[in-house]
Amino acid sequence: MLALVSPALLVILLLIVLPVGWLAWQSIYHDGFTLENYRRVFTEDIYWRSFALTFEISVAVTIIALLLGYPVAYLANSVPKGWSILILSLVVLPFWTSVLVRAYAWLALLQRTGVINQLLRYLDVISEPLALVHNTFGTVVATVHILLPFMVLPLYATMQKIPGDLMQAGASLGASPSLTFVRVFLPLSLPGVLAGCTMVFVLCLGFYITPELLGGGRTVMVSMLVSRNVELYNQFGAASAVAVALLLSVLVIFFAVSRFISLDRILGQK
Amino acid sequence: MTRISPARIALYVISALVLIYLILPVLIIAPISFSSARFLTFPPPSFSLRWYQQYFANPAWMQATRVTLTVALFTVVIATPCGVAAAYAISQSKLRIMRVIHMALLLPLVVPIIITAVGIFFVYAKVGLVATLPGLVLANVMLGLPYVVISVLAGMQSFDPAQEMVARSLGMNRLRSFFAVTLPQIKSSVVAGGIFAFISAMDETIVALFISGGQYQPLTKRMFTALRDEIDPTIAAISTLMTAASFMLVLAASARQKRSG
Repeated sequence: MLALVSPALLVILLLIVLPVGWLAWQSIYHDGFTLENYRRVFTEDIYWRSFALTFEISVAVTIIALLLGYPVAYLANSVPKGWSILILSLVVLPFWTSVLVRAYAWLALLQRTGVINQLLRYLDVISEPLALVHNTFGTVVATVHILLPFMVLPLYATMQKIPGDLMQAGASLGASPSLTFVRVFLPLSLPGVLAGCTMVFVLCLGFYITPELLGGGRTVMVSMLVSRNVELYNQFGAASAVAVALLLSVLVIFFAVSRFISLDRILGQK
Repeated sequence: MTRISPARIALYVISALVLIYLILPVLIIAPISFSSARFLTFPPPSFSLRWYQQYFANPAWMQATRVTLTVALFTVVIATPCGVAAAYAISQSKLRIMRVIHMALLLPLVVPIIITAVGIFFVYAKVGLVATLPGLVLANVMLGLPYVVISVLAGMQSFDPAQEMVARSLGMNRLRSFFAVTLPQIKSSVVAGGIFAFISAMDETIVALFISGGQYQPLTKRMFTALRDEIDPTIAAISTLMTAASFMLVLAASARQKRSG
């Protein structure tokens, strides 16, 4: 049995465990052990600001995704099967379009001469085109779009398991629909909320393509810091330290959340 | 007829808006790709195939397409058997270490892709695999493995291992009984896993940005560079083709999964 897993395991060891280990080593070793790279990451302004911005954007994206995703999951859960299949298909449809393709689409929609601005000017809502892209706004719009399925699917899976008679029981005891929702349905859906929020937040922390293409160079997220240190400045040690800090953040979040719900539940929805 | 509550109406409206937001970008690309305009205008002034012509006539785009297809194909051919073998072992073995191995095989989904990319770049730089086809294939095999493992493990759940025992008790060896009894029953999940690995390799961008170069640049790397410089509707044409390819593969995969029930 171990022989059967060895090819797959070898690929994983050589192509992800070894490279990440290498990063960790490189971040603390350069002609002798040094913590210089981490000192820079924790003291220099540009690194701090990038980490802060990344966490702010991730929090915002997670909250927006939850607010948009919850109603959709709720609706999909409360309509007849045919309708819920349709809704879920529309949710996963963008899932299977390349992230690059969607970045291009958002550029086409949001840029100064883009579809949205043209429409708003045609309707006389605005006289000057709005700056919708090449800034944090564009990054958030496109990022939420990409991560929303990761929120809706675990929410839906959790809501499916909530027995419908519980709501009827609440109603038969005289509670209004909104009260049964708040006191019965909402608390029972919280594991799905936690799973979805974790996945969205963690994926957002490492996002690269959308901020790079839609952020206009001003929204420097941590992943861009890593790539710039490698590509532009050949600062391998600094890049490694930033990468390790990012990875640790992700692992700490996964570990913390795994105390409440199983990791399978977060990852298994993929 | 029951009256629909205002809350219910709000729910419909919000959900409809969110669904429009989700599919609008997917729908907007095809019309742009068939437009004759150099710059994005909507609705397109007139129908034209010039961006498709530009794509098919450009040797650089064609070379990138060949690289993408070659890499994706090799990825499937390597990742599928590795993933099936691993998933089979994980589901059949009682060894405690299998739990750890299972988690390890899902690592590519957990580690932020930018970190994986930079790490692989450093390792490849040492062993001379940067800007090579084998380097690109290996990286994509690693990234595609979790999809095969997850899909096949799900397929194995509905399979009764006693059937394989029967075949073996009738004199087949383990390998033959796997191919004769087990594989036909989990075939759909194997095919679905392979298709997902293909799509993952076709769409992979970030690792390719770091480790590919020269004549071995996949489509996504060229698209990324082109998008950073200027918005050229040729990309809309390529995007439309890629999206169509993805959708057909997903439909094939889900038809497979449905048949297996």
